[in-house]
Amino acid sequence: MKFAVKALSSGKARAGVVHLGSCPSSIETPCLLLSTRKGLPIFISPDLLSSLPSPDSNLLQFSPLHLEGASSTLVSSGREVSKRCVNIGQEARWGDTTPNFDSSEGPSPKTISSIGGLHQMVGLHEYGFAAVARDSIQCLPECGSTNKTGASFETPCGRRLIKPVEYMEMITSMKPNLWATLADEVPAWANNKRNKTSVDRTVKWLDECIARSPAGGAVFGSIVGGSNIEERKRCAQEVAVRNVSGYWIGGFGLGESMEERPSLLNAVTDNLPKDWPRMICGLGLPEEVLQGVAAGVDLFDSAYIYHLTIGGFALTFPLDRTEKIDYNYQLSDQGSDRTKINLRATVYRKDATPIVEDCCCYTCQNHTKAYINHLLNVHEMLAQILLEIHNTHHYLGFFRSIREAIKEGCFEQFQKKFVQSRREHLAADVVSV
Amino acid sequence: MALRFEVLGRFNRARAAQLTLPHFACQTPLFMPVGTQGTIKGLTTDQLEEIGCQIILGNTYHLALRPTSELIDELGGLHKFMNWPRALLTDSGGFQMVSLLHLADITEKGVTFQNRIGADIIMALDDVVRTTITGPRIEEAMYRTLRWVDRCIAAHKRPHEQNLFGIVQGGLDPVLRDICVRGLVDRNLPGYAIGGLAGGEDKDSFWRVVAQCTAALPEDKPRYVMGVGYPLDIVVCSALGADMYDCVYPTRTARFGTALVPEGVLKLKHNAMVNDTRPIDPTCACMVCKNYTRAYIHCLVTKDAMGSQLLSYHNLYYMLQFPKGDVPEWVCNAMDVAGIDISSCCSS
Repeated sequence: MKFAVKALSSGKARAGVVHLGSCPSSIETPCLLLSTRKGLPIFISPDLLSSLPSPDSNLLQFSPLHLEGASSTLVSSGREVSKRCVNIGQEARWGDTTPNFDSSEGPSPKTISSIGGLHQMVGLHEYGFAAVARDSIQCLPECGSTNKTGASFETPCGRRLIKPVEYMEMITSMKPNLWATLADEVPAWANNKRNKTSVDRTVKWLDECIARSPAGGAVFGSIVGGSNIEERKRCAQEVAVRNVSGYWIGGFGLGESMEERPSLLNAVTDNLPKDWPRMICGLGLPEEVLQGVAAGVDLFDSAYIYHLTIGGFALTFPLDRTEKIDYNYQLSDQGSDRTKINLRATVYRKDATPIVEDCCCYTCQNHTKAYINHLLNVHEMLAQILLEIHNTHHYLGFFRSIREAIKEGCFEQFQKKFVQSRREHLAADVVSV
Repeated sequence: MALRFEVLGRFNRARAAQLTLPHFACQTPLFMPVGTQGTIKGLTTDQLEEIGCQIILGNTYHLALRPTSELIDELGGLHKFMNWPRALLTDSGGFQMVSLLHLADITEKGVTFQNRIGADIIMALDDVVRTTITGPRIEEAMYRTLRWVDRCIAAHKRPHEQNLFGIVQGGLDPVLRDICVRGLVDRNLPGYAIGGLAGGEDKDSFWRVVAQCTAALPEDKPRYVMGVGYPLDIVVCSALGADMYDCVYPTRTARFGTALVPEGVLKLKHNAMVNDTRPIDPTCACMVCKNYTRAYIHCLVTKDAMGSQLLSYHNLYYMLQFPKGDVPEWVCNAMDVAGIDISSCCSS
């Protein structure tokens, strides 16, 4: 992996370029990692992925925990007891030894290795994968159950404790382009003692992970520290002296407020070398992404698109930076706040226009709001597929405007204007109701 | 009449033909996936075109309910609504509507809904009876079907844009089937369907009805066996001279984690698949078989939407590609023994 900063704006925001071995082209930063489940997007099938702008859309987020049960031993003729996760609806049962039971566990690390790793397994050879244990959609850190032996996560298969050894076994078999070390993330309200422990533990696990690091694949050192400025600084300084290729900033999006976040972010980035990339998880909304960019973060993993998509929402906020703020905007009673529309709203039943006029995504080029409204009403999967395509396309466009603003040296104004225009619309909504 | 049917090749009773419909020129024999509510579950129209889908079947009852046939009409018809450039076929909606509307209204309403939806082929309302039933009910249903066809013809407002197919009923009784065929042929419809099968009758009775009907129906018009089905059934019916088929089976079974393969079916949910690094079907050229292992699909099926999508894609690819000639050798051998000639469907 190669990374270089190409431009700076307002001090810290940086535009850069990252090059990964598997991707034919370099990817510009700040950039968005597309969310995946088991390596493929949640709804967009692999043959439709290529309809998204490239190379922007070539970086995918991945959590090894999605392939649940991967490190368990197999049952042979029911005699061996194995720790295996059997999914029945949303419940989990451990220790089932029925030989021919229908299960949905992931292939073992050995199998994944024999297939050739993650890229081969999901058939996305020209894409880059960033592996992080935490995934803001499905694998949520459960700090109460985390202990000195491993990090605990709430997953669809129940609570799962991952030890550094197990984590590295998965990473080694999957061969992602870059991966974050195992971290102990705590929410913003954790007490100081717990928070301090999480920093010590995270650094210790970082060293353990690096010791088992496979050849190839860039290590991103994990940095935590909760909502304590001192701890954030301490952790960043510790990790900064380790032999890593980049930094993964954890513990955000776990309860800290918008107001306290910038200083926490800066406490981290101020103590990191400028030449290595910084990746973050948990900053989903556009305003939160902007905070991350302002603090000098380069790679973003966001659950925003997923939540919009399953809610039936489509992004519509203007991407054109030259568009004037419309002060005469009338609030209609449609399901819209001018940043997104709710396609379940009855007002779209007969709307034969695309979600966004001039949007060149597959959805807007081929389908109407009326059709998507119908699909949502009859609970058809195609609705989510079309929405994920549009929302991803649109959000990638947002990241493109961020990069343009940085390159033009006016990121701070861009951020102010963006946040302001959204506040104004909300204020206008309040007044007219 | 809004279609042209031209037989291009024959072998005994089997025929390969071009069926030119208002929206698309199709090659028969063909399989029609079922897109009940204006979509094939989990697949885009682009993907359907790519895997060779020529006609999609829509369900009038469901569409009349949501989003309503009036809305579809107002937005320019179902083709435009779902952005499907090729052909569509809608059923009469009768079977589901029976429980809701007065019997006298259904006949004409069904055609009216179908006129609004705008499919290339629309089905006349028939009185469907399960083949497992015996007694006078079957005869009653057959004569009623003939009477209803006349009412459908009268109610049909767009005969130059939409083709009204009649449906042959009569259970497993050759005498009744014969009366029905002759009655429908007299009405000179653009095409004919063989209905009332694929419901639980034994296979030996099933093929005999198909054989009888295809022998009696006109040579120069398409023949559609409704609700069929399993790949083997399609092969047999094609040998006997049928041209069109529909079934929910490939897509429905995909959502339960079952893939269609030359040897039969493959249950991807099964434990044995956990570490199986082979593709679903090594002889299949679809995107799924070219890129994914059984092990990977196993961890997706029934848990993630993507699993349904990938399996539906493969299963439809299998159904849409095979009637053109990729008949596995073992099927040819079996048909040989059964005394049914399918060499026209086998790759040369």
